[in-house]
Amino acid sequence: MTPHTAIEAKDVTKSFGATRVLDGVDLCVEQGTVFALLGPNGAGKTTTVKILGTLLVPDRGQATVAGHDVVGERHEVRRRISLTGQYAALDELQTGAENLEMMARLRRLPGRTARVRARELLEQFDLTEAADRRVERYSGGMRRRLDLAASLIDRPEVIFLDEPTTGLDPRSRQSMWALVTGLADSGVTVLLTTQYLEEADQLADRIAVLDGGRIVAEGTADELKERVGGSRLELELGDSEAFEEIWERVGRGALRADRPSLTISVATDGGAGEVRALLDELDPDRVRIRRFSVETASLDDVFIALTGHHTPTTESEAVYV
Amino acid sequence: MSDIAYVAEGRTMVVRSLRLSLRNVDSLITALALPVMLMLMFVYLFGGAIHTGTRYVDYVVPGVLLVCVGFGAATTAVTVSHDMTSGIIDRFRSMDVRAEALINGHVISSVARNMASALLVVAVAVAIGFRPHGSPGGWLEAVCILALYVLAISWFAAAIGIVVRSPEAAQGITFLVSFLPYPSSAFVPIHTMPPALQSFAHNQPVTAVADTLRPLLNGAPAGAAAWHAIAWSVAILVASVALAGALFRRRLS
Repeated sequence: MTPHTAIEAKDVTKSFGATRVLDGVDLCVEQGTVFALLGPNGAGKTTTVKILGTLLVPDRGQATVAGHDVVGERHEVRRRISLTGQYAALDELQTGAENLEMMARLRRLPGRTARVRARELLEQFDLTEAADRRVERYSGGMRRRLDLAASLIDRPEVIFLDEPTTGLDPRSRQSMWALVTGLADSGVTVLLTTQYLEEADQLADRIAVLDGGRIVAEGTADELKERVGGSRLELELGDSEAFEEIWERVGRGALRADRPSLTISVATDGGAGEVRALLDELDPDRVRIRRFSVETASLDDVFIALTGHHTPTTESEAVYV
Repeated sequence: MSDIAYVAEGRTMVVRSLRLSLRNVDSLITALALPVMLMLMFVYLFGGAIHTGTRYVDYVVPGVLLVCVGFGAATTAVTVSHDMTSGIIDRFRSMDVRAEALINGHVISSVARNMASALLVVAVAVAIGFRPHGSPGGWLEAVCILALYVLAISWFAAAIGIVVRSPEAAQGITFLVSFLPYPSSAFVPIHTMPPALQSFAHNQPVTAVADTLRPLLNGAPAGAAAWHAIAWSVAILVASVALAGALFRRRLS
């Protein structure tokens, strides 16, 4: 482990009863970067975060966070991290200010300093107006902001965020993204989990794709996209007859096919020659394909290519091949 | 961690639990209504038919006290379970807050809440004709015995709160604990019960506590019953604290 490594996990394995939830996870996160753990529900994201955050002990393997072992030196680790779970960890019956002051007191700040720090954070997270309102009257977005504020009381070195935007409306999601970006700029290390490909793409320096308790790919968003050829050709067909015919011709080359919208995606390098050849090959009479476009491969495509199944957030009528 | 930090952490958690209790409108209304309703019900509805050899209001005050504080102490299971099943337990643990401080906060708040509830019971009793003759020393002893019992039941409920899977399941224990005073000497003399029930009633904590409180409130010495009451409470307390610690570690490994 180099001095610049904030999180390192080797062969971390965990079972609950007969179910193996993590199966030899290796991770390495550099200090001051944002790392996204991307995967569908049940992939093992929360278990990974809980082990790195000292809340669960792995059956096998080891992990260090902020330079300390998460099992043997968990008290040292706890002093240097903060962990924000999937559900806002706040008292509904206390006000925003009271919640933050309580957390500050538990972090051993004296009364006056605790009050000052709480007000500072409320202001930073745009919650000053709601400071003296009980959390039960907060919106989902406000709760997440307060939850994140609570995790920053003691200026941790490493921050774990478990699905920070799940269930938020698009506007609240945007504001969470801005806050996470701000954290990264201030030099802390952030490990976040997400089911949203777009979120990982937007926020993370590096992404690890977790599926069935294993890391199936790791790299920057661009590196991952490279793995599926870089681009995809989107075809919109004239009618359902044309759809069936083209789908048959594309066969295993299809990234996905969506019957209701009569669209099929095909992996391509995006070059003019290859696209022209593909169109000619699939539709020699030039009557079945109504429209086409060439798109940069999304992480969604990466996910399908790597795991053979789609992520829950792309749930639609689509048929994946 | 230094001693001062331990104390500060403990105090923060007590303040938290007290604040949460005071703001939980549902349980606050129950805590205020239950003493009044029970006292009126027992004295005016059942009291006329029950013969205890004394005025029934003088007999029944410990019974109503024990139902109210038993119910109130048992709700500790619900508040502890709420913490254990919401995200907040993970935050507290990742902040290195000790389990003892968290549970102790709920228990101390329960003792404060239930002693206030007990005061209300006595006030209602006095309003409908209870004329206690206990000495200040006797009253002090009664308060201590009752507080010890509340402490023990609160810890027991906390242990249950740690192990159950939801606050709704924890609610079950409140029913059990509030039922315990009925098969005891709290409301009717034990000799009026069927033999099988008599042996249960003689050997359960509520009888010991009720038989201690009744003479103390009415100006008589409690005798051996006081030692029984103390022994029961201390035994429940010690077992529950140990159980809570073990369950907490097991639940979160």
